[in-house]
Amino acid sequence: MSGPLGVVMLVHTALERAEQIARHWAAAGCPVVIHVDRSVSRARHDAFARALGDVEHIVFSRRFRCEWGTWGLVAASQAACETMLARFPEVTHVYLASGACLPLRPVEELIDYLAERPQTDFIESATTSEVPWTIGGLHEERFTLSFPFSWKRHRLLFDTYVELQRLVGRKRRLPNGLVPHMGSQWWCLTRQTLSAILQDPERATYDRFFRRVWIPDESYFQSLARLYSRRIESRSLTLSKFDYQGKPHVFYDDHLQLLRRSDCFVARKIWPRANRLYEAFLTDPSSAMKRAEPNPGKIDRLFAKAVERRTRGRPGLYMQSRFPREGFENGVTAGPYSMFQGFAELFEDFEPWLARMTGARVHGHIFAPERAEFADGAHIVAGALSDSAALRDANPKAFLTNLIWNTRGERQCFQFGPRDNQRINWTIAKDPNAQISVISGAWAVPLFRSNRDFAELRAEAAHLQAVEAAHLKVLRSPWTKARIRIWSMAEFVEAPMEPLQTILDELGSRHPARLSEVPRMTDLDGFGRFLQNLKNQGMHPYLMGDFPVEPSAPRRPPKPPRKPYVVR
Amino acid sequence: MGLWQSYKLRWRRKRWRARAFVKRRQLRAVADRTDSIRPGDVLLFSTQRNEGVRLPWFLHYYRELGVDHFLIVDNDSTDGSRAYLAEQPDVSLWHTTASYKRAHYGVDWLNWLQSRYGHGHWCLVVDPDEFLLYPFCDTRPIQALTDWLDSTGVRSFSAMLLDMYPKGRIDAQQYRPGQDPLEIATWFDPGNYSIRKNPDLGNLWIQGGPRARVFFADQPRKAPALNKTPLVKWHRRYAYVSSTHMLLPRGLNLVYDAWGGEKASGILLHTKFLDTLGAKAQEELARGEHYAASREYKAYARAMAETPELWCTWSEKYINWRQLEILGLMSKGNWA
Repeated sequence: MSGPLGVVMLVHTALERAEQIARHWAAAGCPVVIHVDRSVSRARHDAFARALGDVEHIVFSRRFRCEWGTWGLVAASQAACETMLARFPEVTHVYLASGACLPLRPVEELIDYLAERPQTDFIESATTSEVPWTIGGLHEERFTLSFPFSWKRHRLLFDTYVELQRLVGRKRRLPNGLVPHMGSQWWCLTRQTLSAILQDPERATYDRFFRRVWIPDESYFQSLARLYSRRIESRSLTLSKFDYQGKPHVFYDDHLQLLRRSDCFVARKIWPRANRLYEAFLTDPSSAMKRAEPNPGKIDRLFAKAVERRTRGRPGLYMQSRFPREGFENGVTAGPYSMFQGFAELFEDFEPWLARMTGARVHGHIFAPERAEFADGAHIVAGALSDSAALRDANPKAFLTNLIWNTRGERQCFQFGPRDNQRINWTIAKDPNAQISVISGAWAVPLFRSNRDFAELRAEAAHLQAVEAAHLKVLRSPWTKARIRIWSMAEFVEAPMEPLQTILDELGSRHPARLSEVPRMTDLDGFGRFLQNLKNQGMHPYLMGDFPVEPSAPRRPPKPPRKPYVVR
Repeated sequence: MGLWQSYKLRWRRKRWRARAFVKRRQLRAVADRTDSIRPGDVLLFSTQRNEGVRLPWFLHYYRELGVDHFLIVDNDSTDGSRAYLAEQPDVSLWHTTASYKRAHYGVDWLNWLQSRYGHGHWCLVVDPDEFLLYPFCDTRPIQALTDWLDSTGVRSFSAMLLDMYPKGRIDAQQYRPGQDPLEIATWFDPGNYSIRKNPDLGNLWIQGGPRARVFFADQPRKAPALNKTPLVKWHRRYAYVSSTHMLLPRGLNLVYDAWGGEKASGILLHTKFLDTLGAKAQEELARGEHYAASREYKAYARAMAETPELWCTWSEKYINWRQLEILGLMSKGNWA
């Protein structure tokens, strides 16, 4: 006497595993009808059939060639189901499974579960416009076009014929107003529904139509079940996940705990050599005896994350298997960072002050010509990134992206200026993670304070001004994506507190209320005169804005040196 | 890619194959067990010279991973390693006395063996000091990976070379035969690799790590390349071009995603930096059989004499492949 649950198994490879699974179903009293793909050689098929010869209630059905996406899979299911219904009259539910399906819970539990829901058909079935999982852009067209060519073997013909039909505007109509539905091809139908589909007087019409539909095994039963089923539960009892290319995810030994906790009845696809899984679920009766609803949430998340990694990747990461083209980085760098130009020149203790105020890592000029001036004079920083200028300049973008990637979770700030390697400018300007603050012309302060020949100074000033002007042009171009603030030096010196406060606010200051402590500004007495001297030499310094030659008395008391103050 | 370029590359590939065909005469079979190779086997190809001390662990490691057969070219070893290899039941061994350098550092020999025995197999090409890691390698054999690659239609798998080194002097601890070299060379540089694209063959050039940091800090462009594609579903038409750094046809070099996603990739743990390096560097310098006038070995010999320490405070201690995945050195891609 066989049980109420019949299992139809579609098998094409790993016949030893299929045999194991068939025995498992049969041992629980389930009649099994096996369909072996026609592409399996006669000899292998016969050996397989012989191996199962000792088991009662295992029957082999007529063989079809089952190529992915073609009618063969439906024809095979139809034939096997007909055999099942005819040979085993006591069967009330038919479960469609494959050779790579593995029952995770005792079969009795599945039988009980179905017995409690005698009228329910478990078949994932959604209208085409609402499913996100179609791959390759064929939604409605799966039904309205026809697909006589194999996608696997004759891709060019397949594609050309699709294009051709689109060109002439072909639209096949569904017979008898059938509404196309799609879903997982692994279902469990009641005898009533299944026999109604198979014995429908119009079946020839439907079959003729679906014969030319693309991937009919995901739509034939799914659409027709809607005509006859009394109660459709639109989900599959088989846990089966697909990746972004429409290929099924495979389960391995290390998924054991995950599968156990899923409480699903059946899972696919199992790697044929996952010995531990087969052992655990086929021989271990104590694996799960709780009457829980299937809960594949954890597995869903795992695979969703895998697809996300494959399609979007980790922002700011450049590595051997992720090297995005410009514009497709999904984040040029791994996190926000700040670049300051002119601040370290204008303020004597800007770096330690900023570090104190924000808790960020504040480097010096990391693109300086001599070496990368990392914070605290370090020669090597996180990631074993070296301060060698040669290494850095061989690939400045990699240097920056590495620094930001290696220090994920810690805000990086660094100084920049016209003396530094300018090859990085576009990269930073186009990076939405960059916060750039520039005091233009402040490069003149170290020159002003230095004790060098004026001719030398003049040449250097001209050079630095040209470089900074080019950089500012980049920063003001319409392609920039960084957050950029530019002040001329004169502007900044006039009212330094407001800009400093803004910068700190954006950095997330440790002392959110107000600036309690400000950096010490370099003494600029005589700076106007210095600029005038440059002018007198024929060089025209303009990036710093206008500084009067002799400061007017009330605005700038000469002595004592200017003290920092707090703006109220 | 224009037709003309594609035509040129075609000839370049044919030239490599022709070289391999000519160089086959240099190989003499010592132990030919290739008739035990069954369809679907994963094959490992390697050249070696005087690596006797490393071979026991090397064979052990890859057997555990699931490699079915080893095809090894012995370049005239004098340390008894040839006899050792010839005894192994799953090793086929060829011997040659010809120049390693003139055989393009062994590429010609292996290209020949691969076209002869590797067709239709997943072929792994590694040196005796390189150990492959791939996602889930601690729980899944290499056939799980190759089956998955097959099912997703991928033909080549990238595994960047990661230089491992000990803490302290390189020659402080002695490596014994059969020992896991990672017990000594436990450390690596986690985040100082720089990548450029090779417009010619489409592969990535990866440089960096301790060798760039210590030996090539003043001439970084000359630092050794770290990109490798050691695992390929071989076809007799394929050819490695420069070590396992790149292949022809060039579609095989597209092991990276250019649209923001991550493809699955692995790591070759490179355990060159053991106490055995000193002697090796001296010998190889004398022979002059290595790339670019043995530039690398010159640098090693010099550095070994001066500061034989690669370790720095930001070196990372190796734990497992998941650590390397989190650091962004390799990726699971969409394998879960």
